[in-house]
Amino acid sequence: MDLTNASISELSQAVRTKKISALEVAKHFRGRIETLDKKLGSFISTNDSFEKEANAIDQKIAKGESPGLLAGVPFGIKDLLCTKGLKTTAASKILENFIPPYDATVVSRLKNAGCVVLGKTNLDEFAMGSSNETSYYGIVRNPWNVECIPGGSSGGSAAAQSARLVVGTIGTDTGGSIRQPASFCGVVGVKPTYGRVSRYGIIAYASSLDQAGPMVSTVEDAALVMEVICGKDTMDSTTSSKPVPAFAKEINKNLKGYRVGLMKEYMTDNLHPDVKAAMEKAVTDLKSQGVEVVEISVPLTAYAIPIYYLIASSEASSNLARYDGVKYGYRADFASLSGIDLDQFYSKTRGQGFGKEVQRRIMIGTYCLSSGYFDAYYNKACQVRRMMKDQFMEAFKKCDVILSPVTTAPAFKIGERISDPLAMYLNDIFTTSTNLAGLPGLSVPYSLSKDQGLPIGLQITAAHFEEQKMLNVASVLEDMAPAKGKKPNVI
Amino acid sequence: MSGLTDFIEPQTLIELDWFFKWEAFVIDLKTVERIAHLARLEVSPAQAQEFSEQLSKILGYFEQISKLDTKNVQPLVTPSEIEAFWRDDEQVIKHESEAMVANAPDKIGSLYKVPPVV
Repeated sequence: MDLTNASISELSQAVRTKKISALEVAKHFRGRIETLDKKLGSFISTNDSFEKEANAIDQKIAKGESPGLLAGVPFGIKDLLCTKGLKTTAASKILENFIPPYDATVVSRLKNAGCVVLGKTNLDEFAMGSSNETSYYGIVRNPWNVECIPGGSSGGSAAAQSARLVVGTIGTDTGGSIRQPASFCGVVGVKPTYGRVSRYGIIAYASSLDQAGPMVSTVEDAALVMEVICGKDTMDSTTSSKPVPAFAKEINKNLKGYRVGLMKEYMTDNLHPDVKAAMEKAVTDLKSQGVEVVEISVPLTAYAIPIYYLIASSEASSNLARYDGVKYGYRADFASLSGIDLDQFYSKTRGQGFGKEVQRRIMIGTYCLSSGYFDAYYNKACQVRRMMKDQFMEAFKKCDVILSPVTTAPAFKIGERISDPLAMYLNDIFTTSTNLAGLPGLSVPYSLSKDQGLPIGLQITAAHFEEQKMLNVASVLEDMAPAKGKKPNVI
Repeated sequence: MSGLTDFIEPQTLIELDWFFKWEAFVIDLKTVERIAHLARLEVSPAQAQEFSEQLSKILGYFEQISKLDTKNVQPLVTPSEIEAFWRDDEQVIKHESEAMVANAPDKIGSLYKVPPVV
């Protein structure tokens, strides 16, 4: 069996039927991490008790118990999700020694389904970044070209998945953090509808936007993982009790009668010619399958970047107030606590513990929430957010899904944009509106750029809780993609 | 630690308003210091200078939303439907206190050690 390239369903089937043990599978991928990740830096830490966990799954199978839908599938978990007993850093110095006493709901659901967690993947500090260059634990390199960024913030998950250091990964997406790195690294990344997946145990960045989802090799794998992680959780009151479909089984490649929307506002002159060509070919592909392509318009997406950064930074400044050097995490070095002013205690700890980008967003957010500015910035952004969501709802009366680029161009070079925060923010131009409106979105690998052979993904967005339609269209595009079967040299 | 009352500092308001009217989008060093204090962040002079330039540029860019007419629009916070969520009013112990304080940087028994506050 070609373990390295096996799909999740092939692999779990092989483990369930004892063709291979969960332990052998886990050891194979642990070996790949040890040999290949030195080049990539996609893991912050690895799980030293993986053998015990894999053994437990094999024992379950030996006893005839059900090992779960994802039996023996090795996973990398973004280091933003709490893992019981396994260090969780959010890629920040401020959490460098934090060992969570509990699992995030996503993690416990994966474990219950038989997954083996092999390690914690790198990210931009507190998921704030689009290039994985803000991690305290080092940059991540793109497996397709190690001079390029893997995207962010879930850059470690994307790189690890692309190089097949694991069989599945989990990322989180606040403004594109699953879809953009998935596109840059040539993997499938799904951001579910807000409320589909529990945020319990996921270190909060912007609570009204954050959502976790799979970053895997195929659309079917993504659908399987979604079945496991989606659904109501009493520990997160924003989760929906809507039934979770059997996404994988229900993938239907017959798209006759589907209407795919092309958003007028996203057809900008700034598109890289290869991204434009990918869009054009995808439209032809879909038409050949009986899809009707319609033009739609969501004019307020022109303001998505300011609205997103205003809201996300405001929520972040509030969420990150909890890092105070008292309950957990880093505390600045004080010879003695007596005579220390409490403000000084907090400020020193936070000034030393947070990296530059995180501090910048805390500053922006604090400013936007400060008295006299709340209405002009935060509240105004929330009002425009509603107007934009309403425009999306109108657009979805004319189409089933929206097809768009994920980014204007393929992955950029390491160091190229890190010194200009605004240029970095503008990178998220096609992805943030999805989170603002709470919609599900995904990125599916489609083509490779002509000059550098870098992956280009396409974004599909659907109405709330219509993930199935999105997966159906992605599955067809995946089959017709010029990049189908192409892998980075590192494999 | 950053309750809303922290944000109400009349002096800051007057100052910020002045800049808003006369020197829109310029976040000067004094404003950076005020904001850094509200956020409890120790910022070096060099970093304050950098923040002043960057925040002016970023917030200047964000200012474009001010021209949009949002009269009578309810702000949207949670983007999908919110369901009424009830649970029995029962005490549930999910985590033991020892496990929860295990990560504290400094503690005495199961108590956090902090600077004197009174």
